[in-house]
Amino acid sequence: MARIDDTFSALRANRKKAFVAYIMAGDPDYNESKELLMGLPEAGVDIIELGLPFTDPMADGPTIQLAGQRALNSGQNLEKTLQMVQDFRSKNNVTPIIIMGYYNPIYSYGVDKFLSKAKLVGVDGLIIVDLPPEEDSELCIPAKNIGLNFIRLATPTTDENRLPAVLKNTSGFVYYVSITGITGVANASSANVSPEISRIKKETDLPVVVGFGIKTPEAALEMAKVADGVVVGSAIVEKIAQGESNKSVLAFVKSLAEGVHDA
Amino acid sequence: MTGDLLNSFTVGPDESGRFGDFGGRFVSETLMPLILELEKEYENAKIDSNFWKEMDDLWANYVGRPSPLYFCERLTNHFSGAKIYMKRDELNHTGAHKINNVLGQILLARRMNKKRIIAETGAGQHGVATATVCAKFGLKCVVYMGAHDVERQAPNVFRMKLLGAEVIPVTSGRGTLKDAMNDALRDWVTNVEDTFYCIGTVAGPHPYPEMVRDFQSIIGKETKTQMLEQEGRAPDTLVAAIGGGSNAMGLFYPFLDDLKVSIIGVEAGGKGVNSKMEHCASLTGGRPGVLHGNRTYLLQDDDGQILEGFSISAGLDYPGIGPEHAWLHESGRVNYVSITDKEALTSFQLCCELEGIIPALEPSHALAHVGKIAPKLPSDHIICMNMCGRGDKDIFTVAKALNFDMDFS
Repeated sequence: MARIDDTFSALRANRKKAFVAYIMAGDPDYNESKELLMGLPEAGVDIIELGLPFTDPMADGPTIQLAGQRALNSGQNLEKTLQMVQDFRSKNNVTPIIIMGYYNPIYSYGVDKFLSKAKLVGVDGLIIVDLPPEEDSELCIPAKNIGLNFIRLATPTTDENRLPAVLKNTSGFVYYVSITGITGVANASSANVSPEISRIKKETDLPVVVGFGIKTPEAALEMAKVADGVVVGSAIVEKIAQGESNKSVLAFVKSLAEGVHDA
Repeated sequence: MTGDLLNSFTVGPDESGRFGDFGGRFVSETLMPLILELEKEYENAKIDSNFWKEMDDLWANYVGRPSPLYFCERLTNHFSGAKIYMKRDELNHTGAHKINNVLGQILLARRMNKKRIIAETGAGQHGVATATVCAKFGLKCVVYMGAHDVERQAPNVFRMKLLGAEVIPVTSGRGTLKDAMNDALRDWVTNVEDTFYCIGTVAGPHPYPEMVRDFQSIIGKETKTQMLEQEGRAPDTLVAAIGGGSNAMGLFYPFLDDLKVSIIGVEAGGKGVNSKMEHCASLTGGRPGVLHGNRTYLLQDDDGQILEGFSISAGLDYPGIGPEHAWLHESGRVNYVSITDKEALTSFQLCCELEGIIPALEPSHALAHVGKIAPKLPSDHIICMNMCGRGDKDIFTVAKALNFDMDFS
């Protein structure tokens, strides 16, 4: 349960920022994807976001949409995504894994069945894009009750009035979405993000991690200076789309991690 | 929800946007404040007599309402059973019921000072209606349309362009209405400051299902009055086609609490409602799930992945259905059936030949079901179906399906 909290404590003790990497489970297929997942901690990834493929990812740009399609075409599903976490946990009991995706595959599987299985295989947290605080009773509260972190997105449109509601049942960290828009398209600016993080920090003691629109080691470094951590997703997934080997993808991941850890 | 817990079928949705277990607000945090703002504005407009005065004026003088309630004498004789009436919403400006709702949403957009309007469209009727009203009010209009639909509804694409709209073909997925809605939502989440999302059906996050239903209810309200004038009573049976379900909700809603009125919604059965899923009958062949901001019946696989529907009618080609229909289905108030492409095509031709009305493929589904039940009913039984759109846009699709050579040179 405490893997996410422990990770941030350890990073804080070393005065380092967290590097969070996103990959889509099953992209381009189960075995390749599992091998990449296994290699992420050694490449410097502090927290892993494992994408749960969905046919209709409404908050994602073309890169993640296509990754989801590749995964689904190769036969990936919710059951296999949990299996992948279990495989990972047999080798690594330290690095937190967060399942990121959309609600329908979980709803279809059954919320209670999903949560107990996720807990059992060693999932640490959930980021479910289409569940705002208004729908907390669906999954957020049951997840909290079973001991899984439900990590909420805060966005540029989350105003002062909404922020307390957004933070209320969030645990682990707060994911600040750097831009209004979808993943992997626009470029985020640390100058714009910095005051927003201060705004959130006034309301919570949780770490604030920034994602969306961060594509290079340089951009990751700049963003890490103003946040507690940085998420990179589409830029990594794009390498997989181009057919690069896991070795080459992991070399890119390492360069991103070094950027963040230099901040 | 069981019937005895209800005083009325017209009180939904509740404050969280639910019709029973259906509906809700399943959107990303970026969109949530926008949806709350829209809800607030709609609540204000709803009780503002000036808002409705402007709507009434536009409905009368721009759209041409009330649309006629027409007794179909030859269809009635043909089926030699119940009396068949049509609510002629295909006579509206732009040729379908869609403009009833678009006017309401664009007036809201104007109140909210939004200058850029986005919309999704399947058959193109909602896109054309949105482009039309945007032209009238000088607003920028961007329409997302599945690439497959762009191809099969070419006349409507040209109409939208003439009206000054930008039409963006959507290539993700199979390129139909579902994918157009995904990309419209992606646009909205990117352009939150100046953009109003004008949804074309009774689906999406709260308050859209309620708002679109309210704007479309003009259909049922007029039908009630007109039927009273012509027959001295309410109809016995209502029939309407359902993709997302806005024309049906509009006709049904004012009659929901009149339990003597039997109400039937007709889904697109495509090649037949079977395990091959070559249809769009969400209620008959789907199960509850969450997509596009609401919980409703969806066509999906065992893993909760959304399936592509199939229908000859681009306007019905959607794997979901409005949440209020899902609730009316579970509560048993409305009976939902399905009609195949083939049956709809036969009715399309029959309507042309017997009534001199070229119907859209969508209401051809409704008419096909009317043709199934009318012969078994007595001659004093009154059926009213919603002729929700005209068929000009569909002539190429129908010609192809009937192997008719359109080359007259």
